[in-house]
Amino acid sequence: MATAYEYIVRTKDLVKEYTMGGQTLRALNGVSLDIKRGEYISIMGPSGSGKSTLFNMVGGLDKPSSGTVFIDEVDMAQLDAFELAWLRCRKIGYIFQTFNLIPVMTALENVTLPMIFAGTPTDDAIEKGIKLLQTVGLGERIHHKPTELSGGQQQRVAIARSFANDPAIILADEPTGNLDLRTGTEIIELLRRMNKDSGVTVISATHDLKMIDVSDRVVWIRDGQIAKIEARADIELKVGTMDGEQH
Amino acid sequence: MQSQQDSGIKRQIELPWSEAFKMSMKSIRIRFWRSMITAAGIFLGIAFLQTVLTTSAILEGIGEGYDEMLKLRQSWLVVMSLLVSTVGVVNSMLMSVTERYREIGTMKCLGALDKLVVKLFLIEAALTGIVASVAGSLVGMLGMLLVHWIRFGSRFGPAFADQLGRLGSNLVLGIAVGSVLAILAAFYPAWRASKMPPAAALRSEF
Repeated sequence: MATAYEYIVRTKDLVKEYTMGGQTLRALNGVSLDIKRGEYISIMGPSGSGKSTLFNMVGGLDKPSSGTVFIDEVDMAQLDAFELAWLRCRKIGYIFQTFNLIPVMTALENVTLPMIFAGTPTDDAIEKGIKLLQTVGLGERIHHKPTELSGGQQQRVAIARSFANDPAIILADEPTGNLDLRTGTEIIELLRRMNKDSGVTVISATHDLKMIDVSDRVVWIRDGQIAKIEARADIELKVGTMDGEQH
Repeated sequence: MQSQQDSGIKRQIELPWSEAFKMSMKSIRIRFWRSMITAAGIFLGIAFLQTVLTTSAILEGIGEGYDEMLKLRQSWLVVMSLLVSTVGVVNSMLMSVTERYREIGTMKCLGALDKLVVKLFLIEAALTGIVASVAGSLVGMLGMLLVHWIRFGSRFGPAFADQLGRLGSNLVLGIAVGSVLAILAAFYPAWRASKMPPAAALRSEF
C-alpha cells in the first residue's frame, strides 16, 4: 500500500464512562496509545482495569464518552453506520474469550460468513475458508458444528474467521481466557505465527502472562489508565523467572 | 486510501436474499419447537377467523337468517383472537431475539448491517407466519365445512358450490392476514435487536 501510515491505530485521550445506579464509573480515563503496523501488542491488566473497554473502543464496538480513535488516521467517530460495518468487515478481525461462533453454522460456514458479508462469491469464499481452516489445523473438521468441537478448536475456527477478509488488525479479547494452559499456548503461538506470516497487527487484551513472550510491546493498564508500556526486550528476564515458578 | 475505501464501500453488497433465506431456515430448524409455538399462536387465530368466515358464507349460501347482532359479536371475537395471537408472536419473537443477542453482536462485528439483522428476523417471521396461516386457514375452513355438511346434509352441496368463490377469497384473506400479522409482530423485536451496539450485545448473558 503506497500510503501506509506508520501507526495503524491511535487513540487520543480516550475516556469511557458508564452510569450505574446513578453513579458514574470511569472505565477509561484518558488513554492515548499509538500502535504500529504489524506490531503484536498485548494490553495487560487485572479484571476491571478497562482493557476490554479499550478493546471495544478500538474495535468500533462501542462509542467513547470523549476522545478519539483513529484507524489508519481515520477518525472512527466520523464514520457512518455503513462505513463502520465495512471497517468491521474488512479491516478488523475479532477474536473473543467466548469464541462467539454462530452455533447453527458449521466451522466452514462460520469462516465464510464474513466473506459473504463482504460480497465474495460463494465458491471463492468456500475455497478460502477451507484453506484458512487448514492453516489453523482444522482441515478435517470443516463440517463440524461449534458444539462438536473442543474449546481450543472453536477458538481456532474463530481465528480462521478473523482472518477471512485479510484484515489489517486482529483484535483479541482474552483469547486464551477459556482455555487450558497447553491449548492457550497453542493459540498464542498460532496468533504469533499468523502475525509474522501475514504482517497483520495483533492487539490482544489479556491477563495471560504467557502472552508477554510473543508480544512486541506490552501495555499495562490500571484503573483505566496506562501504567506503563514496555518493549519485550525489557521484560524478558522477568518472564523467565515466572515460567520457572510455574513448573 | 480514501478512494480505495470509497470504492470498497460501494462494492460491499448486502447479504443476498438467498443466503439470508438459508440462514433463516436454519435458525427455524434449530429452534423447531420454539418456532412451532409461535406458529401455533397464528395457526389458532387464523383457524378461528376461517371458521367464522366459512360459517357465514355457508349460512348465506343456504339462505338461513344470520342476525346482525351475532355477526357483530363474531367479528369482535375474531378481532380479539387475532390480537391475542399477535401479542403471542411479539412475545415469542422477543424471546427468540433476546436469546440471540450474542449472535447478533457477533454478526455485527463481522460486518453485518443493521438492515441485515432486521431482514433475517423478518424472513424468519414471514416463513413461520405463512406456514401457520396456510395450515390454520385450511384446518379452520375444512373443519367448518365438515361440520356444516353433517348439519345440513343434502342442502350443503348447492350452498357450497354457490359460495366456492367466496371461500377461495377467504382462504387468501386468512393467509394474508396471518402472514402480515407475523411480520408486523416481529418488526419491533428485530428492529430493537439491530440497533444494539455490538459491545452491549456481546456482553449479554443468557
